[in-house]
Amino acid sequence: MRGGWLDRNLRYVFPLPALAFIVVMMVFPLVYTLRLSCTEWSMSSMSPPAWVGVANYASLLGSDQRFSGAVWRTFYFTVLAVVLETVLGVAIALALNRDMRGKNLVKTIFLLPMVATPVAVGMVWLLIYEPTIGIANYLLSVLGLPPLHWLASPRQALPSLVLVDVWQWTPMITLIVLAALTALPRDPFEAALVDGATPWQTVRHVTLPLLQPAIVAAMTLRAIDALKTFDIIYTMTQGGPGFASETLNIYSFVLGFQYFQMGKASALLMIFFAIVLGSAIILSWARRPVEA
Amino acid sequence: MSGVGLNEAEGKRQWRTPSPEARRRAASRARLWREIGYGLLLFIIIVPFVFPFLWMGVSSFKQQADIIRTPPTWVFRPTLLHYREVFGQYQFVHFMWNSLVIAAGSTFFSLLLGLPAAYSIARFRQSKLALVILVARIVPGITFLIPWFILFSRLRLVDTYTSLILSHMLVGLPFIIWVMVPFFESLPKELEEAAMVDGSTRSGAFLRVLLPLTGPGILTSSILSFVFSWNNFMFAVVLTGARTRTLPIAVFNFLSYSEINWGGLMAAAVVITVPILVIALVAQRYIIAGLTAGAVKG
Repeated sequence: MRGGWLDRNLRYVFPLPALAFIVVMMVFPLVYTLRLSCTEWSMSSMSPPAWVGVANYASLLGSDQRFSGAVWRTFYFTVLAVVLETVLGVAIALALNRDMRGKNLVKTIFLLPMVATPVAVGMVWLLIYEPTIGIANYLLSVLGLPPLHWLASPRQALPSLVLVDVWQWTPMITLIVLAALTALPRDPFEAALVDGATPWQTVRHVTLPLLQPAIVAAMTLRAIDALKTFDIIYTMTQGGPGFASETLNIYSFVLGFQYFQMGKASALLMIFFAIVLGSAIILSWARRPVEA
Repeated sequence: MSGVGLNEAEGKRQWRTPSPEARRRAASRARLWREIGYGLLLFIIIVPFVFPFLWMGVSSFKQQADIIRTPPTWVFRPTLLHYREVFGQYQFVHFMWNSLVIAAGSTFFSLLLGLPAAYSIARFRQSKLALVILVARIVPGITFLIPWFILFSRLRLVDTYTSLILSHMLVGLPFIIWVMVPFFESLPKELEEAAMVDGSTRSGAFLRVLLPLTGPGILTSSILSFVFSWNNFMFAVVLTGARTRTLPIAVFNFLSYSEINWGGLMAAAVVITVPILVIALVAQRYIIAGLTAGAVKG
């Protein structure tokens, strides 16, 4: 092969800067966090980190009610949001799946909740949910339903946040499913037509099974992101009222940057990291046999 | 496509055989009703997704007295007061500039590092490296926040563009590589080989032949990298200070006043959202491709 030193070593030279960045900015911090998780250290004090072994992990996993609550809420939020988004998203995609004018306009509109700045989204929903002046309670009253406290109530706060997530991310499922629908083979549908299947039977027994890989892929992407939801929750409730909407992400942020308990926060982050990575691996396993 | 089933159902009712003229009229009337029903359905689907944006815009032009009025109203005397507050008293031009510099900077450097890496992964089948990138996309960003904060504090880099650009690259770089690898894979090897026969080096072929061909991919990944950075809240809330405060933090800070200035808050939200909406309207196709990347291909 012709070419100089650069060309011969391209396979090492080209990825090197990106790899160096990832090592310095991600691998090194992870190792550092791991080490810090075995110490007790508050950044505000002058003393250096004191080695405590696995004490931080033991206290989190053993007796910390706030931690177990956060684990539960993280999964509650993720499962509820992803299930609602999938059901709604697929239904909307099926409803939109036909040639029509303005389809591109609809797609553009669906894009907006996903790309809009989460802080801005959170602020608008704060106004919508406001118990006295918010339009959410006004709509309930128009429908003859009693008003809700929304974010102000410990029981309704987390479901209210799920609703915002559903608003933001249902469009993603819809767009993925719409893209998958255009790529489906025509034959099974013609066969269903010949066999006299009703539209509902066609959807149930032909469309949905064919869409399954795309739907599972979309759910996987969503679930991994939903586990990590931060902006919406932090800007709207900061995990409150009390700890009613405090997920793992929020709890570790509070531990680290409000209490400055860097050791305990690091231990929590390592557990959170393991949970997210573990979920991703499990979800991608669940995906594999379907695609094969 | 789903309309096919309905036509079939109509076809079965043909045994009655009324005059062709009447049949055509009935069919077109049925089609009209179907169109109207469909339009209505579309409307019902779209409204909930548009409404919060409308409400944000409408509320930003309301006086505080109109905002706290119950029931909520669409009729009021609009005012620009809150926009004057946002750009005057709250100095949003400054925050916009910060957001712009950081988003553009992190996108530029992510492209600089990411494009060669993506090419290399695609051409030399470096699947281990691809796995590293995937893990980098999955890891919660907050995991890095504590070490960065400590490191950047020591280096006196908190509240500088450097620390913010570096932190935002952590989202942008893996994303750009993730989107670009399939683009480079789709280009036939013969392209660069032809360029090399003509005397170009491989790196020259990459720059002059391959990069221009992956334009749509570069557009997709850089638009989204820019948007992610513009929207970023978590890194910014820890790493910015008075000098480098970005828009999301400035918007969030509205909440810290004792009585919420709803109009100002909504105007601030509009200011941060409008550029993103404009990008979304102009580059719809690219953004959809980027956001759904990895799902459609499987």
